[in-house]
Amino acid sequence: MSDKPDFLAHDDGDHVAVAVHDVEPGRALIGYLDGTDAITLEVLEAVPLGHKVALADVAAGDAVIEYQLPIGRASKSIRTGDYVHTHNVRSIKWQNSVA
Amino acid sequence: MAEQRRLTGYRRENGTVGVRNHVVVLPVDDLSNAAAESVANQVKGVLALPHAFGRLQFGADLDLTFRTLIGIGSNPNVASVIVIGIEPNWANRVASGIAETGKPVSSFSIEGNGDLRIVEQASRVAADYLQQASELQREEVSIAEVFVCTKDGESDTTTGLGSCRTTAYVSDHWVANAGTFMFGETSELTGGEHLIADRCADETVRKTFMGYYDDYIQMIEDTGANLLGSQPTQGNIAGGLSTIEEKALGNIVKTGTAPIVGACGPAEAPMNGAGLYFMDTSSAAAECVTLMAAGGAVVNIFPTGQGNVIGNPIIPVIKVSANPRTVDLMRDHIDSDCSGLLTDGQPLEEAGEELLEVLTRTINGRLTRAEVLGHREFTITKLYRSA
Repeated sequence: MSDKPDFLAHDDGDHVAVAVHDVEPGRALIGYLDGTDAITLEVLEAVPLGHKVALADVAAGDAVIEYQLPIGRASKSIRTGDYVHTHNVRSIKWQNSVA
Repeated sequence: MAEQRRLTGYRRENGTVGVRNHVVVLPVDDLSNAAAESVANQVKGVLALPHAFGRLQFGADLDLTFRTLIGIGSNPNVASVIVIGIEPNWANRVASGIAETGKPVSSFSIEGNGDLRIVEQASRVAADYLQQASELQREEVSIAEVFVCTKDGESDTTTGLGSCRTTAYVSDHWVANAGTFMFGETSELTGGEHLIADRCADETVRKTFMGYYDDYIQMIEDTGANLLGSQPTQGNIAGGLSTIEEKALGNIVKTGTAPIVGACGPAEAPMNGAGLYFMDTSSAAAECVTLMAAGGAVVNIFPTGQGNVIGNPIIPVIKVSANPRTVDLMRDHIDSDCSGLLTDGQPLEEAGEELLEVLTRTINGRLTRAEVLGHREFTITKLYRSA
């Protein structure tokens, strides 16, 4: 693990962070754009560049937060360190839109 | 803030400022594309703008096509215009709309003449227009005179983290210096539409904006379609975006922090002086940029994640990307690389100043990658089927 973040999150309290390179499972550094201190996290699955890792557990049906706002609802329960994408989060606004 | 950069442009008859100096051959309808392109073949250096519509349209859809054609011809990047239509009424209507700017316009109609006669007549006028335009000189202009728009495309999570923040830096700089800046992409505000509504300068603007937003979303939702793969696109999803809300919140970042002083209908010009504007547009790149050019914008800043290659025939489109893979694999298309924001802890101010520098050079005449590669997507927004 280098001193450069493997993931960037927008805001303190966000449930997800974005990989800035292809990340393999293991210990990873999470930086924050809003100046919040970086954290480390055990990443459970491979996450490609630009894709998201969960920074918190999110129960099925609960809102997933990024930019301090809901970006969707967990369609199944998400654990900290999970890969987050269309397989486990879906739009709240557009109910017809499902993977 | 950096020192003031010197800007130059073409000051047109009505005082508006362009950053390019095109002589355009504008077909009113699909049937007139062949003649328009023949004129451009005869007179090298004039620009034909073929498109797919203009026949049997009616009501609001016809109004929008007229507004788009007149707006494109009236754009300050255009020095003069040859209008060609199958019949004279609509050709003259488009030409007289453009003539209100005071720039040279001529109108031709094909019925009763045939393509070849019209190509000959129109080519003679085009040759004169091109010589006249070639003698127009650039003058020093100010930020307040250069109308900039933005649209992003093939977004991914790196746009919200990088290129949209960089664009926001430029948007805020432009508005702070009495410039005019515009964004659109109505459906791509979904989940953050309240953020835009809250920034509207007054209740009138807010109501107008929400009216456009609600109507557009109603139209989409009434189809009952599964939009995943369309909005967000397959490319957005491949780039890591999971929902329309996530795409929208990244998209909104590029609008910066200024109050929104006006909400324009598609292809409408700003009406409330300088500042930040919303325009009701599709989120499809060519449709959106065409509408903004018709509204008078003279240059576009285009953040991209996965590498959208769009250009426009009359306004330069500047690609800015923070995706390290895209700026490597698609460097042929990228004008400004801000991937350091993601990979090297680059300060936002540095990335923003770099984009301002690229914008300045583009305004002053440097060609964008889209211009160099011949991207001339001119796409009329169709509201419904023709009669």
